[in-house]
Amino acid sequence: MSEAPVTQIGTGRKPLPPTPGQTVGPFFGYALPFERGSELVDRAHPGAIRLHGVVYDGAGTPVPDAIVEIWQADADGSIAQETGSLKRDGFTFTGFGRAPVDNVGRYTFTTVNPGPTSPGSAPFIAVAVFARGLMNRLFTRIYLPEGGEALASDALLGALEPERRDTLVATRDADGGLRFDIRLQGEGETVFLDFEGR
Amino acid sequence: MGSHEVDDAAEVYSSDAAACTQAQISDEIAQLHGEYQRTLDRTGAPEAQPRLDFAPYRSSILRHPTKDLRHTDPETIELVSPAFGHRDVAEIESDLTIQHNGEPLGERMIVTGRVLDGEGHPVRGQLVEIWQANSAGRYIHKRDQHPAPIDPNFTGVGRCITGDDGTYRFTTIKPGAYPWKNHLNAWRPAHIHFSLFGNAFTQRIATQMYFPGDPLFPLDPIYQSIRDQSARDRLVASYDHELTSPEWSLGYRWDIVLTGSGKTWAEPEGDEHE
Repeated sequence: MSEAPVTQIGTGRKPLPPTPGQTVGPFFGYALPFERGSELVDRAHPGAIRLHGVVYDGAGTPVPDAIVEIWQADADGSIAQETGSLKRDGFTFTGFGRAPVDNVGRYTFTTVNPGPTSPGSAPFIAVAVFARGLMNRLFTRIYLPEGGEALASDALLGALEPERRDTLVATRDADGGLRFDIRLQGEGETVFLDFEGR
Repeated sequence: MGSHEVDDAAEVYSSDAAACTQAQISDEIAQLHGEYQRTLDRTGAPEAQPRLDFAPYRSSILRHPTKDLRHTDPETIELVSPAFGHRDVAEIESDLTIQHNGEPLGERMIVTGRVLDGEGHPVRGQLVEIWQANSAGRYIHKRDQHPAPIDPNFTGVGRCITGDDGTYRFTTIKPGAYPWKNHLNAWRPAHIHFSLFGNAFTQRIATQMYFPGDPLFPLDPIYQSIRDQSARDRLVASYDHELTSPEWSLGYRWDIVLTGSGKTWAEPEGDEHE
């Protein structure tokens, strides 16, 4: 079967107008989280690290009803296209994780440090944040702090003022984990991304 | 808006305080829509998305970024989506009316449509997740204290994987409107929450589907956070009598268009249907 594009609504050169986003509201907690959603790898996996942080609002108060998704390459920089995130078998790396925050706004993933997806590029984890009170999801990136040259030459980071840039770079815990707080508003506001036309 | 003003607003209107009347909320909505209309008349560029900064929805006051979203070109991982499939989702999960021993109360209905990208190409084999209140307007969630009955035969969570033509399809019951504490006498129009993945992570979206002709539309600060009327209309399903099945269920159709990819669509490699 060869699928033609939907010509009855997609005839012109103009893209179809998108379906707008809406807030996830307060009641996603029984629908979106799934078993082992935050465990991209098993804790016993060699190279397993804890990626964690707190989601804060504009008053510096932790947000207790947010949910964070991550999507990342494997340690060697390869991008998985494996199904099975929702029914983890404990062996397959799917690259996707979803973690609701706890009562004090903290999210936690078990994952690996992503490798660079192209030679010399700065490795990062793609992030989507959803919350009650947040009208539309927000995208951001978690860069690894050890990037060095790659971080300095990164197109996004290089164009940001230093204090804004720092909001996108995780800090390394003594145990090898990554700490990345998400500040929705105000002092130290995380840089959130728009991928559409300028 | 400067951060000082935000702080002031937050002091006056904490979320969930039910402090203001509907008339005050409606005035604020009218003012923000008026500003938009004047901008639209000048620029002719419609807004496609909700405003992140929309104070009539009180919980948004401290939760919207005050700095503009940073434009960047998506890179590598962002140009690909996580993969989901029938390993992730059982067939039965698309029918919300058979998850318990008995039939849930309410109007049974089919909700179906296609998930498309901005060029009208189908988003195939992708995950669609929904959640909703029961027919009395009650969610199975500990935070929901609305004194409407819980239906022991209805949880209100569904999942499915889109077909080759991007089609999703759920059997469920029509959710009821429910009250919330954004302001005095605040009621949400009946809606179903949708969570969607596209062909790229940049297309990831969560939204809400509404029902045609709901009298609560003009009063609802969440729906009205989308200031463009035609964009709001895109969240409203159509009643479709062809989908309605005799002696069984009503039918609603709602197509979803994802955007933000910036990637040229291509037939998936090794597609067995080619």
